[in-house]
Amino acid sequence: MAQTFSPQVASEQHSVANWQSRLFHSTLNNRSLAIGLLIIASLGIVALLAPWLAPHDPYLQNTANRMVPPIWHETGSWTHPLGTDRLGRDYLSRLIYGTRISLFIGIVVALISGLIGTTLGVLAGYFGGRVDAVVSYLLTTRLAMPVVLVALAMASLIGGSMITVTLLLGLLLWDRFAVVARSATQQLRDAEYVQASQALGCPLHYILLREVLPNIAGALIVVATLEVANAILLEATLSFLGMGVQPPSPSWGLMIAEGKAYMFFQPWVITIPGAALFILVLAINLLGDGLRDLSAPGGRNE
Amino acid sequence: MWAFVFKRTLIALSVALTISVLCFSLLQLSGDLALSIGGPEATAEQVEQIRVEYGLDRPVIQQFTSWLWGAVQLDFGRSYYYQSDVMDLVVERLPVTTTLGIMSLAIALGVSIPLGVMAALKRGSWLDRMAMAIAVTGQAMPNFWFGLTLIIVFAVKLQWFPAAGSDSWQGFVLPAIALGYYATPAMMRLTRSGMLEVLEADYIRTARAKGLRTGTVIFKHALRNAVIPVVALAAVELGFMLGGSVVIETVFSLRGLGQLAWNAISRNDYPVVQAIVLIIALFYIVLTLLADILNAVLDPRLRAR
Repeated sequence: MAQTFSPQVASEQHSVANWQSRLFHSTLNNRSLAIGLLIIASLGIVALLAPWLAPHDPYLQNTANRMVPPIWHETGSWTHPLGTDRLGRDYLSRLIYGTRISLFIGIVVALISGLIGTTLGVLAGYFGGRVDAVVSYLLTTRLAMPVVLVALAMASLIGGSMITVTLLLGLLLWDRFAVVARSATQQLRDAEYVQASQALGCPLHYILLREVLPNIAGALIVVATLEVANAILLEATLSFLGMGVQPPSPSWGLMIAEGKAYMFFQPWVITIPGAALFILVLAINLLGDGLRDLSAPGGRNE
Repeated sequence: MWAFVFKRTLIALSVALTISVLCFSLLQLSGDLALSIGGPEATAEQVEQIRVEYGLDRPVIQQFTSWLWGAVQLDFGRSYYYQSDVMDLVVERLPVTTTLGIMSLAIALGVSIPLGVMAALKRGSWLDRMAMAIAVTGQAMPNFWFGLTLIIVFAVKLQWFPAAGSDSWQGFVLPAIALGYYATPAMMRLTRSGMLEVLEADYIRTARAKGLRTGTVIFKHALRNAVIPVVALAAVELGFMLGGSVVIETVFSLRGLGQLAWNAISRNDYPVVQAIVLIIALFYIVLTLLADILNAVLDPRLRAR
């Protein structure tokens, strides 16, 4: 009796004492959700409207106009607001087209890895036993593989390109989906509505797709945002190391690699694409954090 | 307890075996090995001779078992490019990477534990918000870009540290910051949530009620318990850091395993690539095994799983 009583009292006191801080956190999180959504939506529009928004052709070289500094430098001009690169290509236009690459890879990788991870996780969580053992084994094996190294080696073997990078990362980043889908399904397995459909003789695919999946979707969407961010960072890393998206594509990671030789005297060549990556990934993480708090209040403490 | 350790070790061993099969397939996928070893000028006869000499005419299974038997004895064959034993190359590069890993981990722990503790003690304060901000920005920063930015600011502008090289400890400071910052957010969040949980526990209230000094309660009673999962996570993060060293060592031109791996990949030197992937995976497997056992020793409930 006393054992069940005291934690309740404690949690009530706790909730009163921290009422203000929780209010603070919830507004902060709604705000981060809003900011994240706003940035992602604007970058999405930029990606879609790239041909109309970009002031120049992102591939057009102009050797007479190389390494023009951005507008905030004394010698900058409005013809090239963010300057030009070592081949005289307009930096702003390349940055705008680069949004497409990052968003495409982020979203497609999350879809592929989400499909793999969710399937494995749901099966493991629903059936348990041997299926679970096999999936857990696959998961442990996958986690033991160093992602960057394996992706680099495979990309160099197959030949780096946007498609290769997308497929490789899609095949590598399913682990978190599987972990979350597995534990969420385990909790649902004994839910009354799942047992009811079992008793009614519903086919397996109906139970998994119509009863289980919608109820774990919230948690999976949070993982998906994290994986989109993760995939964007990894694509940039692979392209930076020369095994990802190949030139002359305006991948942000590649822009940083190409600017590396000039960074000591013209730091903006790496600061600009780096900042773009940072803002996009930050926005996605803010969205993910906000969504997590919406779907599981108190989930902030993990 | 011993049953748990035995079971986990068995799983770890079979995972290691699976990874070694995957690494071996990497070499097989890379094309005709005899052609790669012989180089572009080799005649058909020489290629055939190499094939017999290296045992490449044997069945794949036999090749695999002899490769694995070699790997168990730490013999990973010869590098195509360097023309020396892969293991010698690895041993030569290992100290740099271990130093980098340990320094990164030290930085990550040194930042995340104090920040996490303070964030938990002053929940909702500006400190808590700042810690959260560090966590969120840390996760959003591409680590190679962060590394380059550190070079521009601290090596070129301020000239506090060298931009590259592993000759002195100063050379490790910037790369360790770049690599460690990446692991900080997760550890800080775990410290914070662990502290919040522990601070509400009955024994902390008892300790406070006994009139112990706040410092004693926090450091001797609360932190000691909150920090356990962080130590386990730190072991896992060290494994990730070894994998992440490819990027950071390339950025900072450190002569470590990561740079060796990148050079080997860009030169199609697959015996080296396969050995490094396997070694880093083995490190990770051993570290997670240790973390699991550590957790089980400290929390008997986990052993039942």
